[in-house]
Amino acid sequence: MSQDPAQGGPGPAAGPGALGPEAHVMVGNADKFINWCRRSSLWYLLFATACCGIELMQTGASRYDLDRFGAVFRATPRQSDLMIVAGTVTHKMAERLIRLYEQMPEPKYVISMGSCANTGGPFYKDSYCVVKGVDLLVPVDVYVPGCPPRPEALIDGIIKLQKIIDQKRNFAAAAKA
Amino acid sequence: MLESLAISLVDAVPVLSGVPLWTITLLIMVVVAAVVLTFALTYAGLATYVERKVAGDIQARIGPNRVGPVGILQFLADGIKLLLKEDIIPAKADRFLFVLAPYLVFIGSFAAFVVVPFGVGLIASDLNIGIYYVMAITSLVVVGVLVAGWASNNKWALLGGMRAAAQIVSYEIPVGMALLPAVLIAGSLSLQDIVRSQGGLFGIFGWNLFHNPFTFFSFFLYYVAALAETNRTPFDIPEAESELVAGYHVEYSGIRFAFFFLAEYGDMFVVSALATACFLGGWHVPFLNAEALPAVWGNLFSLGVFLGKALGLVVVMMWVRWTLPRLRVDQLMRMSWKYLVPLTFFNLLGVSLWLLLFQGRGIPQMIASLFG
Repeated sequence: MSQDPAQGGPGPAAGPGALGPEAHVMVGNADKFINWCRRSSLWYLLFATACCGIELMQTGASRYDLDRFGAVFRATPRQSDLMIVAGTVTHKMAERLIRLYEQMPEPKYVISMGSCANTGGPFYKDSYCVVKGVDLLVPVDVYVPGCPPRPEALIDGIIKLQKIIDQKRNFAAAAKA
Repeated sequence: MLESLAISLVDAVPVLSGVPLWTITLLIMVVVAAVVLTFALTYAGLATYVERKVAGDIQARIGPNRVGPVGILQFLADGIKLLLKEDIIPAKADRFLFVLAPYLVFIGSFAAFVVVPFGVGLIASDLNIGIYYVMAITSLVVVGVLVAGWASNNKWALLGGMRAAAQIVSYEIPVGMALLPAVLIAGSLSLQDIVRSQGGLFGIFGWNLFHNPFTFFSFFLYYVAALAETNRTPFDIPEAESELVAGYHVEYSGIRFAFFFLAEYGDMFVVSALATACFLGGWHVPFLNAEALPAVWGNLFSLGVFLGKALGLVVVMMWVRWTLPRLRVDQLMRMSWKYLVPLTFFNLLGVSLWLLLFQGRGIPQMIASLFG
């Protein structure tokens, strides 16, 4: 468990004071339970920057129904866990986006939805006003490609995010440090 | 009531006779409080799940079905997640009031459970001013909401708090006036007495709902006004998403927000329980007198009947919420002051005259007396 894929880098090295295997079983179960709670209750921010927002709304609505996974929208960033950046981010919007991200309480996750949010999309080459990828502004967990991605793709992205959350170490890493 | 319980406990278990009576009474109080609070929280958690399922049904969706069997563990996941979220207190907020507000709302909502008559003998405290107590203690909710709106130091929160204050203060009057007919008929403010007054041989026709035309009307007036008091759609202007983001709890994160959320569901139950006790005969069902049954079965049976009726009304509230659009502020105020307040006063007058003219007899009783 020295490698933590969720954090993208090598996990903290086990020091000489590391706990025994029994302790790991214990905190491992706590980790599992907490991760299960977090991944089962991903409340996403009611926030869309461009046309991907329409697909985002459709994902939450009747036919695709994100509520099945326990994901409902919240209007205020203080009560959301997940920011789905749906669409083109302009430099003017970037400030607001960063502020909204900072207003969200930890632990928080970001899904970059659509080509514009991933890389700038069709505005990549010669736009003076579009941010070339939202990962220049906030840390992104999952990229969903498409222009715009269909709701199935977004749901796939959320399931991928759930898998990432499953791999997080809340206590095990702290116990090792 | 709790004291007599303590005395009978001491009689039953002789070992306890050395312990002072007040200690035992206090212990019983703590146990009763724990039981009621556990019920209230379990109900609130399950109600959020049911609400999402009802919403799903009405919007042609499925609702939560991935978390636990058929999604039933959804509330557990939500609760633990909220508990583990970062607790944000904005830098410019009034710290003391910001922390205090959720507790005020929570206390105001859940303290009303004390006088809810769950069954023949199942009431935490049968206060002789039961209804008055509920009206008074649930007013604490509006104080909490206003404090939350003010302390957040956020324009939306303040507007939401102000709207909530205006709304709840306006609707307290029709709520109180619509409940008074039940008090007049029973001649008591105690909820248990009001429930007992609706028993008798008439089955569902003993219920206050069918006592006379004015009480029939009164039930619906109460239900509408009480729906407005719980701040739920179509009366949820204090937290209207499209106008105020989330209203008075816009700055609350994690478990502090959960307190507001639970209090809303607690309020829904209290309102439904009051409607059940005052108009739908409480734990009475036709052709079976729960009081005549052996104590344990009578209590269990009446508990089931009462919860069935009250939770049914809660589901109606969810149904209304996901069906109707939100009212505007002026429409809401107009509805209270121009329609509900005069109508409830008229109703009260009608019931009083009825009781005076017919010596307190209801229509079913009069029909029964026609046939000897």
